[in-house]
Amino acid sequence: MEKKITLAEIAKILEKYEIVELEDVKIKGDIELELAEGGGVALPPSIAQALQSIISAAHISSSTTEAIATTAQALQSILSPGAGAGVQKAQIPATPAEELELIRTKFEVAKTEWNGQIEEVTIGATRSDGGTREATVTIGGEKALPFYNFDYQMPHPPVISVDCFDMPISLAKAVREHYEDVMEDPGEWAKKNVREFGADMVTIHLISTDPGIKDTPAREAAKTVEEVLQAVKVPLVIGGSGNPDKDPEVLEAAAEAAEGERCLIASANLNMDYERIAKAAQEHGHVILSWTQLDINAQKTLNRYLFKLGVPREDIVIDPTTAALGYGLDYAFTNIERMRISALKGDTDLAFPISCGITNAWGAREAWMKDSPIKEDSDWGPAVYRGPLYEIMTGLTLGIAGGDMFMMMHPKAAGAVKRVTQMLFGAKEAEDEGKKVKIEEWVTWK
Amino acid sequence: MKLNSPMEVWKYLPGTNCKECGEKTCLAFASLLLERKKKLEECPPLFEPKYAEKGKKLAELLAPEVREVEIGIGERARKIGGEDVMHRHERTFFNRTALAFDVWDTMKEEELRERVRRITDWKKFYVGEFLKVDAIAVRSVSGDANTFARCVKRVAEETDFPLVLCSFDARVIEEGLKEVSDRNPLIYAADKENWKEFLGIAKRYKVPVALFSPDLDMLNSLAVTFSSAGIEDIVLDPGTYPEGQGLEQTFSRFIKIRRAGIVEGNKGIAYPLIAVPMTAWMVHGTENALEASYWEAIIADLFIIKYADIMILHSIEPHSLIPERTLVANIYTDPRRPVSVEPGLREIGNPTEKSPLFVTTNFALTYYTVESDIASNKIDSYLMVVDSEGIGVESAVAGGQLNAESFKDALESFNVADKVKHKTMVIPGLAARLSGETEDVTGWTVLVGPRDSGRIPGWMEKNWPPETVS
Ligand code: B12
Ligand code: SF4
Repeated sequence: MEKKITLAEIAKILEKYEIVELEDVKIKGDIELELAEGGGVALPPSIAQALQSIISAAHISSSTTEAIATTAQALQSILSPGAGAGVQKAQIPATPAEELELIRTKFEVAKTEWNGQIEEVTIGATRSDGGTREATVTIGGEKALPFYNFDYQMPHPPVISVDCFDMPISLAKAVREHYEDVMEDPGEWAKKNVREFGADMVTIHLISTDPGIKDTPAREAAKTVEEVLQAVKVPLVIGGSGNPDKDPEVLEAAAEAAEGERCLIASANLNMDYERIAKAAQEHGHVILSWTQLDINAQKTLNRYLFKLGVPREDIVIDPTTAALGYGLDYAFTNIERMRISALKGDTDLAFPISCGITNAWGAREAWMKDSPIKEDSDWGPAVYRGPLYEIMTGLTLGIAGGDMFMMMHPKAAGAVKRVTQMLFGAKEAEDEGKKVKIEEWVTWK
Repeated sequence: MKLNSPMEVWKYLPGTNCKECGEKTCLAFASLLLERKKKLEECPPLFEPKYAEKGKKLAELLAPEVREVEIGIGERARKIGGEDVMHRHERTFFNRTALAFDVWDTMKEEELRERVRRITDWKKFYVGEFLKVDAIAVRSVSGDANTFARCVKRVAEETDFPLVLCSFDARVIEEGLKEVSDRNPLIYAADKENWKEFLGIAKRYKVPVALFSPDLDMLNSLAVTFSSAGIEDIVLDPGTYPEGQGLEQTFSRFIKIRRAGIVEGNKGIAYPLIAVPMTAWMVHGTENALEASYWEAIIADLFIIKYADIMILHSIEPHSLIPERTLVANIYTDPRRPVSVEPGLREIGNPTEKSPLFVTTNFALTYYTVESDIASNKIDSYLMVVDSEGIGVESAVAGGQLNAESFKDALESFNVADKVKHKTMVIPGLAARLSGETEDVTGWTVLVGPRDSGRIPGWMEKNWPPETVS
C-alpha cells in the first residue's frame, strides 16, 4: 500500500518527537520531492539538520524562495562539516560538490534619491548673449553623486580649463617643456591650450600683479585679459595673483575689460574685500568663484555673504581647495565629498558646482623631484613619467568626490582626465574598442 | 556593524569591570571593540554560560557589514573587506585595498625571480612608515597544470607575500594549489561554467575563492550557492572593463554591490570586491607601455576609491606604483586619527653643540618627511618640533599656530640652549616671513632653509656652517 507524505508533514513529525538526528536512513532510487507553490516550509534549524540525509539524496525542484532557503540551509549543513554542532553528529558522507545546483537569485538594489540638486552654471557668453565666445560651458545640475548615472544621469560632464599666466613662471620640467615657446605671450599661450591641448576653457592667472612679484598695475592686467579674449573663443577664467590686498582692484579692472563675456572671476575669499569682487562680477556680467580653504563652514559662510550681496545662485561656483596626492588629498577629497553630499541632502548653501585647482598636484615632491631624498626608498624612476600621473590622479580623485571643473596644466594629464570623465559620464564619443575586450582573458594575456 | 556608540556595546558586556581584558572598565573595552582595536575573545567572562547569550548577540552586532576575508599567512597576511561605511568620513575605511602585482607561468625562471623580488622589496617612505605592496598574482598563461605548479612553487620560494592563483581551469588551479596549500592563497576564479569544480577545491583546501561574473544576477547566484555550501571566504569580481561605457558600467557595478551590502544589508553579496585594472593592457598593449600603465593607474584610482578591496596590476614601474600606493594610503587613513607627533627636541644621528638646529611642526606628515630627509642623508643635527597643534608649516603660518612666540616657547621648554651653543636655528622656507620677528623675540639668529626639506642637503653645502657657528 502506498501512502504519500509531504515534506511539511515529515517536518511536523520530526518536530513532534524532538528528533534532531536520523541514523541509518537509507533512501533508494530516485526520489523527487516537490515543494508546491505556497507549500514551502520554513524548517526549524534542528529539523533541517535532521532532514539533511533525505534532502541530500533528493533532487529538489522548488518553486518558492523559502524552499530554496530551506534547501540551502540543509545543503550547508551537509557540505560544511563543523559549521553547526548538530552536523558532526549526523555523520553523513560529504556529497560530491558536482551534484550541486546553482541557487538562482536576482541581484537588486534600490536607487538613491536625493532632495537636493546642484545649481547649473553656464560660463561664457556667445554673440546672442552679448559676448563673443563661440561656445559656452555648463556645469552642475547634478541630483546624484558624480557618475552615479544609475541613480540619476549626470547632466553635464566635467570640463577642463587649462592654465596660462601673464608672465613666465617656474614650472616642473615635465610641464615647462610644453610651454617654453609661449611663456612670454599670454595670448599665444592661451591659443596653444585650446588648439593643441583641447582645453574647454582657459584660465589666465594675473600673477604678475602681486606687489611681491612685478606689481603690474590693474589697468595693464586688464589689457592682458583683452588679449586673451581676442586670442581664443572659449570661455575664460580670470584669476588674480592671490594677494588679498591687490586682487580686488585687479579683478575689478579685469571684469570691466571682459564686460559681457560671462567669465569666471577667481576668486572671492573671506580674508579680502570679496564684496568689491562680487560687485564687479555682477556689474559686468560674470560668474564668481567662491574660494575657501578646506573648511565646510567657511564655505557656507562665504556663500551666504555672497547671497546677501545679491549674487544670484546661477552665478556662483565654489572652490573648496585642492591638495595634492600624498599632501593632503585625503582632506580635499573628504571635504568635497562631504560638501556634495550635504548639498544633495538639501543644504542649499553648498549646492554649487565645484572647481578644483588640480595644478596644485605639482606641489607634491614626487611629481617633480628627480630622485627620492630618502636613501632607503626604492628607485623613483623618471620624474617626467611620475608628474603627469600625479596630476591625473589628483584630478580624477577629486572628480569622484564631486569636482565639476578642473584647472590643469600638463597636456597629457588634462587629456587623460577629460577622457576618463567622459567615459564615466557615459558620453557617446567614449564608445570604443574597450567593449570588445574579453576581460576574463586577462589571465592568459601575453 | 550595527552598533554606533561605546554605550550600545557596553550593554552586551558583563559590566563587572573585572579588568581581565586589560582595560580598566568594560566601557573602555567597549570603545576599543568599536574601534576594532580589541577582539571579543579578550573578555573571557563573556564566554561563561551566563553571558554567552549576550556574547553571541554582540558578535553578530559587531560583525562588519562586508565580510572580512584573510589572504596569506603569518606577518604578511592581509585582511580585505570588512567595511562598514560607504564614505570614509562616516567613520573610516578599515582594510586598505590590497595591491597585487602579476607574474605569469611562461616567464623565464630568472626573469620571474627578479620580478617577484622587485615586487616584494619595493618600498616608499610616507608619514613615518615604509609603504609596501601586498600580494602577487600568478597567472596561468600556458594553460598547462604542471607549468603552472612549477611557477607557483618558484614564486613561493622567493616571497612570503600572499598569493593569488589565477586560472579559469580548475585542474590548473588545483595543481598550483598543491604547492602552496598551506599559504592560504586566493584562488581566481570560479565562473558560471567551472564553479562546481572550484567549489570542491575551495572546500577541500579551505582557501578563499574569487567568483567572476559581470552579470550581477549570476554573481549573486554564485555567491549564494557558495555560501550555502559553507564557503564564506569569497571575493567577488564583477569584471573590470577598461574603457568607454564598459568602464562606466563597471564603476556602477562596484557601487551597486557595495550599496546592496552595506546600505541594504544584503548578506548574499556583502563580500570583498576584486578589480583588475590590468585589463588596460589588453587595450593599449605592451608596445604602448607608458599609455597602458597610465590607464591602468587611472582605473586603479577609480576602484581604490570605489570599493575594490584587492586589485590586480601589471605595471611595477615606479611612476605608477608610487601614486597608486599613495592614493591607497590617503583614502584609507582614518579621518578621525590625530595626525600629530609629540613636540620636543629630537637628536638625529650624533649631534654636537655645533650641529645645526632645524625647526619644524608637529604635524605627522611634515615631521616624518623632514626627519627622514635629514636622517637618511646622515646629517647629524637637532630637530626642534614645535607644537603647532598638529598643523603643517604653511597652514600653521597662515593659521597662526606657528609664530615667533611658539618658537620661543619651544626653545625654553625643551632647554635647547643647553645643547646648542651657537644660538642659530634653521626654519622652513615656508615660514620665512616669521624670521625677523623670531630673531627679535628669541634673540637667536634665524636662517631660512629651503622650501622643501628634501633640499636640505644641497642647502647645507652652501649655507652651513654660517659665521655665527664657527
Ligand atoms: C592640508 C592643508 C590644510 C589642512 C592642514 C592639516 C594639517 N594637519 O596640517 C587644514 C584643512 C586643517 C588646513 C587649514 C588651513 N589652511 Co591649509 N592647506 C593644506 C594644504 C592642502 C596642504 C598642506 C600640507 O599638508 N602640505 C604638506 C606638508 C608636509 O608640508 P609642510 O608642512 O609645509 O612641510 C614641507 C615644507 O614646509 C618643508 N619643511 C617643513 N619643515 C621644515 C623644516 C626645515 C628646517 C626646512 C628647511 C624645511 C621644512 O618641507 C616639508 C616637506 O616638503 C595646503 C595647499 C597645498 N600646498 O597643497 C593648504 C594651505 C597651506 N592652507 C592654507 C590656508 C590659508 C589655511 C587656513 C588658514 C585656511 C582658513 N582660512 O581657515 C587654515 C589654517 C588652519 C590652522 N592653521 O588652524 C594656505 C596657506 C596660504 C599661505 N601661504 O599663506 C594653503 C597654501 C592653501 C592655499 N593655497 O591657500 N589646511
Ligand atoms: S574582561 Fe570583560 S567583563 Fe572584565 S572588564 Fe573587560 S570587558 Fe568587562
